[in-house]
Amino acid sequence: MSSDDKRPLSPHLQIYDLPLTARLSLLHRGTGILLFVALWVLTGVLVAAAGGEESWQQVHGYLSSWPGRLVLLGFTFSLYFHLCSGIRHLFWDIGKGFSSQNVAISNALIILVSSLLTLLTWLLAWSQG
Amino acid sequence: MAAFTLPAHSVVKPGKLWKASAAATRVKKFIIYRYDPEGNQNPRTDTYEVDLDACGAMVLDALLYIKNTMDSTLTLRRSCREGICGSCAMNIAGRNTLACTKAIADIAGEVTIYPLPHQPVIKDLVCDLTHFYAQYASIEPWMKTDSATPPDKERLQSKAERDQLDGLYECILCACCSTSCPSYWWNSERYLGPAALLNAYRWISDSRDEATGERLDALEDPFKLYRCHTIMNCTDACPKDLNPARAIAGIKQLMIKRKM
Repeated sequence: MSSDDKRPLSPHLQIYDLPLTARLSLLHRGTGILLFVALWVLTGVLVAAAGGEESWQQVHGYLSSWPGRLVLLGFTFSLYFHLCSGIRHLFWDIGKGFSSQNVAISNALIILVSSLLTLLTWLLAWSQG
Repeated sequence: MAAFTLPAHSVVKPGKLWKASAAATRVKKFIIYRYDPEGNQNPRTDTYEVDLDACGAMVLDALLYIKNTMDSTLTLRRSCREGICGSCAMNIAGRNTLACTKAIADIAGEVTIYPLPHQPVIKDLVCDLTHFYAQYASIEPWMKTDSATPPDKERLQSKAERDQLDGLYECILCACCSTSCPSYWWNSERYLGPAALLNAYRWISDSRDEATGERLDALEDPFKLYRCHTIMNCTDACPKDLNPARAIAGIKQLMIKRKM
């Protein structure tokens, strides 16, 4: 459709009831972007650690605050979700798991496994103090 | 860059309410997209109260009930009323499907009906599918051969070869899949979309067709084929229960196989 078209464009995102698979696809894209940001943060942590105790303490302070922990929780979930969803993409790339039943199963698995791994990671971190 | 919002002249405004007769006992509201090309106004949604005891079981029955008894200006495409022509493809309750095979009883609450998403609207539920058909034509949907035609018989297939076409040849080109695909919404000028690609795969899979290499060459493009990100809306929407996402993955696999 050319941009000078006088005719209206029918509604799309505004009205489409996105199926779960599409929502997870969106989340895959979103978590991918978050992981890109996470790499900056990780680099910042490494730079701070290399800069000596004072800079390390400062960054440690930021990240162990509640907002900081929330951000780290988001990064942890992003990592596991993007990993699980990425593994499904590998199956799809070899032509497996396209039936509606299989997609429903992999949807559930991705949500379950990525949530569990996030929880386990944080329990582990908690137990280490 | 994808535009996630509608252009100003496409924004949908609230419309009129068409009430059912007072005698009606089982009333269901149908909220329907309207656009009049002769006015200078934005599209709107009109609400029609349909007496379910007076009309048939399918969404198409309700649309025709409205057109016949309430508002004859309501415009839609329909023909076979049995899911084989693909004319009445539209967005019903948020998902693309055929009005003739969608039961009203399967929809809880009010029924929202829009034209197929992200298309230029001609009038009401009728959108312009010229581009969609041109993309179908671009995959050259006919058998291409170099070898001489057998003089005394057809080009035969084994049963197994014929089986390769199941799940592909049944496509009715209703455009439910392509217009459900966000990748197609943002890149339809360059991405062929699930319907055209499923049909490309139908000819690639045909044992009698001798242009497989040429067909794959034509699709080897960052946009035509590879804008598919396996969002799976196509497979979810297909009213014939076909699986365009799997067909597209099949093409991608052949692309890799022929390089090895």
